[in-house]
Amino acid sequence: MGGLLSYFSGLFGSKERRILILGLDGAGKTTILYRLQVGEVVTTIPTIGFNVETVTYKNLKFQVWDLGGQTSIRPYWRCYYSNTDAIIYVVDSMDRDRIGISKQELVAMLEEDELKKAILLVFANKQDIEGAMTVTEVANALGLPALKNRKYQIFKTSAIKGEGLDEAMEWLSNAVQQNK
Amino acid sequence: MMMLKRDKKEEEEGGGNPFNNLEKSTVLQETRTFNETPINPRKCGHILTKLLYVINQGENIGANEATEAFFAMTKLFQSKDPILRRLMYMGIKDMSKIANDVIIVTSSLMKDMTGKEDQFRGPAIRALCSITDTSMLQSIERYMKQAIVDKVPGVSSAALTSSLHLSKTSQDVTKRWVNEAQEAVNSDNIMVQYHALGLLYHIRRNDKLAVTKLVSKFSKHTLKSPYAYCLLIRIATKLIEEEDAGSGSPMFDFIESCLRHKSEMVIYEAAQAIVQLKNTTAKDLAPAVSVLQLFCSSPKPTLRFAAVRTLNKVAMKHPAAVTACNLDLENLITDVNRSIATLAITTLLKTGSETSVDRLMKQISTFMSEISDEFKIVVVQAIRSLCAKFPRKHSVLMNFLASMLRDEGGFDYKKEIVDCIIATIEENPEAKEAGLAHLCEFIEDCEHTVLATKILHLLGREGPRTPTPSKYIRFIYNRVILENAAVRAAAVSAIAKFGGHCEELLQSCVVLLERCEMDTDDEVRDRATFYVNVLKQQQRNLSSAYILNGLTVSVVGLERALYSVLEHGLKHVCCTGLTVSVVGLERALHQYTLEPSESPFDMKTVPLATQPLADQKVRETPGLAGDVGKPEKSAATRQDLYAEQLAAVPELANVGALFKSSQPLEITESETEYYVQCIKHTFSNYMVFQFDCTNTLNDQVLDRVTVDMEAADGFEVVKQIPCPSLPYNKPGSTYTLVHLPEDPTSVTGTFPCTLKFVVRDCDPNTGEPDDDGYEDEYVLEDVEVTVADHVQKVMKPNFAASWEEVGPENELEDTYALSSMSTLEEAIKNIIQYLGLQPCERSDKVPEGKSSHTLYLAGIYRGGHDALVRAKLALDTSGVTMQLTVRSTDPSVSEVLATAIA
Repeated sequence: MGGLLSYFSGLFGSKERRILILGLDGAGKTTILYRLQVGEVVTTIPTIGFNVETVTYKNLKFQVWDLGGQTSIRPYWRCYYSNTDAIIYVVDSMDRDRIGISKQELVAMLEEDELKKAILLVFANKQDIEGAMTVTEVANALGLPALKNRKYQIFKTSAIKGEGLDEAMEWLSNAVQQNK
Repeated sequence: MMMLKRDKKEEEEGGGNPFNNLEKSTVLQETRTFNETPINPRKCGHILTKLLYVINQGENIGANEATEAFFAMTKLFQSKDPILRRLMYMGIKDMSKIANDVIIVTSSLMKDMTGKEDQFRGPAIRALCSITDTSMLQSIERYMKQAIVDKVPGVSSAALTSSLHLSKTSQDVTKRWVNEAQEAVNSDNIMVQYHALGLLYHIRRNDKLAVTKLVSKFSKHTLKSPYAYCLLIRIATKLIEEEDAGSGSPMFDFIESCLRHKSEMVIYEAAQAIVQLKNTTAKDLAPAVSVLQLFCSSPKPTLRFAAVRTLNKVAMKHPAAVTACNLDLENLITDVNRSIATLAITTLLKTGSETSVDRLMKQISTFMSEISDEFKIVVVQAIRSLCAKFPRKHSVLMNFLASMLRDEGGFDYKKEIVDCIIATIEENPEAKEAGLAHLCEFIEDCEHTVLATKILHLLGREGPRTPTPSKYIRFIYNRVILENAAVRAAAVSAIAKFGGHCEELLQSCVVLLERCEMDTDDEVRDRATFYVNVLKQQQRNLSSAYILNGLTVSVVGLERALYSVLEHGLKHVCCTGLTVSVVGLERALHQYTLEPSESPFDMKTVPLATQPLADQKVRETPGLAGDVGKPEKSAATRQDLYAEQLAAVPELANVGALFKSSQPLEITESETEYYVQCIKHTFSNYMVFQFDCTNTLNDQVLDRVTVDMEAADGFEVVKQIPCPSLPYNKPGSTYTLVHLPEDPTSVTGTFPCTLKFVVRDCDPNTGEPDDDGYEDEYVLEDVEVTVADHVQKVMKPNFAASWEEVGPENELEDTYALSSMSTLEEAIKNIIQYLGLQPCERSDKVPEGKSSHTLYLAGIYRGGHDALVRAKLALDTSGVTMQLTVRSTDPSVSEVLATAIA
């Protein structure tokens, strides 16, 4: 019986994986969410609260929560941490001034018990703009090399152009299936 | 047995309601299920329904619990299940005011309101508007404007109604949506058109010109929606009322034209509007009434009900206009819908002439047995007003009431009838005998103890003064044989009153009471023994004090208080027939037990029970709603509160027991810098003036606030107790203690008052008061001390007995010509006001058409002296002549009262 079930679940990719997209305001989280869901760039306004959508990638269903990044909304992130499989942390590669704040938020978040097992993807976004920080710069600025006991990867992305997202989703699909 | 009954009742109440025994905490706990993935829509939907039920039952949910449940609920946004989603929108709306941080769902709702699912869009708009405040409104403004003109009616309606709600707090923003609302008025959908008109009106309602334009514009261009028409009629009515215009107004023409509309709803609304206008003539009313008349014969029960209900209201103001419908109304008496029938009858009773009363009463009696108690009460109320209107018809009405009493019916219904009979007896002396006879018959078979005791009390009060008192005794004594203890006790008291009042019955009453001395119940036995002993003394003043006008506190309450004294080993309690408040008595006794003393406990130190001001409430006009409020708030509590307040001031500890507190008196104009009210508290040798002050200047703090009083002759200001600080808008009290004059006859005076204080100005920026202040003063109005301040009202149910009891020893008599009074009523009102005494035996009401009248007043003078006044009034061409006779237990009191009028 169990075998039969797992067969079906394999076929339909039944269990939804829960993913959070986090990051400072204006990093491009909502744009990434809809790029992933409908494959298009939509006009967005600052998110007050959250958006939640189901994204299907290669038979895998992801339930993606995009939480607003404004200072006033960041305290509510923790209300949505439980049962999270993966975190996509989006960084504006042009915003050198606030990369420090971004690091603080990331570190604080990763310390949460509920996120101990979550996989981390960092998107160094807005790579289409000239003068953006490189992937290595971003990784160092966030202190990623110092992370321990955490499955993570950093990607260079451009949500506007759709670059780097496929690659990231591919890695994520493999990672969550191994993580099971 | 009681337990069984209650169980059964609970079962009945909860019958079929699966949510009956929901616990708030359990439901809140269950909301954690929302956090689970994947979502189970059925299960979550059920929990959410329970949560909504609990909230709507009025359960108080704390902000923290609510916020937790709210955030759990936001997880449900991942589900696309339509039922669950719509429940969630309701949940958001209901919790938006109790949970914190509800803006967290803003983005998600904005997406839903602009999304593809039409059935989500409307509810999402409503939910979004409920969580949005003025500052956030800007960000959704664009979407709201689009939604108002959306082609889906549900979305447009939701946006319009939500805008209406928003404009309560954010009028400035919603004002900018006028153009969109204008466009929506042209919608083909009747609801959208109605809602759009509502919003337009709401935005412009403060601009009369714009509203007038609005009505005239839409009254010409035909609206499709009958709802919109009804609203337009209401707006027009309001305009007419505001302008005080009559039928000449163009608005009236519009309403009148609506009487010919094709929708019944609009016709009814127009008719209803016309009949409720103030300045209308019979000619204006006629078309509206004839429309209502047509509705009376409609096959639709709702229309018949609406028509008869409106006619019922019109009958109050324009009985003549409704007479045209009498025939139709009579047909409705037999309507299958009993609500309609009852309204029809009561309308007829209002419009009918004295001659038709008999016929109508006969008609009602044919179907009284078929209607529910609730409507029977409506009928009784109608009869009650008829009794007042046509006193000559009392025999028919009384007979009718008596037959109603004999029929089956619940407690409320019977109580209403008994009240109605009692009211009629009191207002109409001619109906007294018949009424008492009916009541006697009723208590022969009365299952309600409360009613039986009430009637026995009434018989005891009224019976002895009828021409043949003996005939009531049999009915009363039957109660002693047949009834339960409470009724027996009441019957014993009633018999004693006959014995006390009628000398020829004294012997028989004593015999009857002696039989009761063997009763099985303590209370009955005690009462009987007491009365027998008092009656055997055969002294008029004793009977008067202890039987006829006895204590007006509850005997039980007094007994309990006395017992507690005896338990403390105190045996000297001297108790005279005083009217005392139970609370005050208890406090005095408590005080007495605390201070070991050789002197006997004196009842005179106990505050009197204050007489409730209005002893006869005039019934509201009997309507269907039956929402007769309960305005009664015992005056005694007010006095007890003051007593407590004064006791808390240490400086006033030795002034004795509070005798009387006056009503608060404003001694400043209402809109001045400082607002001061004065309350006069009278003690046996002192008066305390309590000044409640409010500082209405927000840039000042007042310190050391006192009121300087210039003492009138003989009065002496002993002490001032300042109010230490008076910040802006926080009331504070200062007291002035005045010793009353040694001469017992000089009791009145005028006190010029000045408010004195130290002002400290506040810093306009920080609001912090300066350290240094300066002295200032403010002149207040004079405070008058009148005779009424020294007198407490006391009701003597049997004035004559008290009059004899006090005796002519300190009697004073004088005759006055009150030339400034033109009617007896006016004179009576003024005399009561001057003397501050309680009118007894309803002598403050002058029978119509009489030119002479006797007023009986009773009270207690400061120091516990009985004070009785008889004023014989006669009306002649030069005004009112009064012969004033004062009796009192103290000669100076008689003097004070006799000279008070002059």
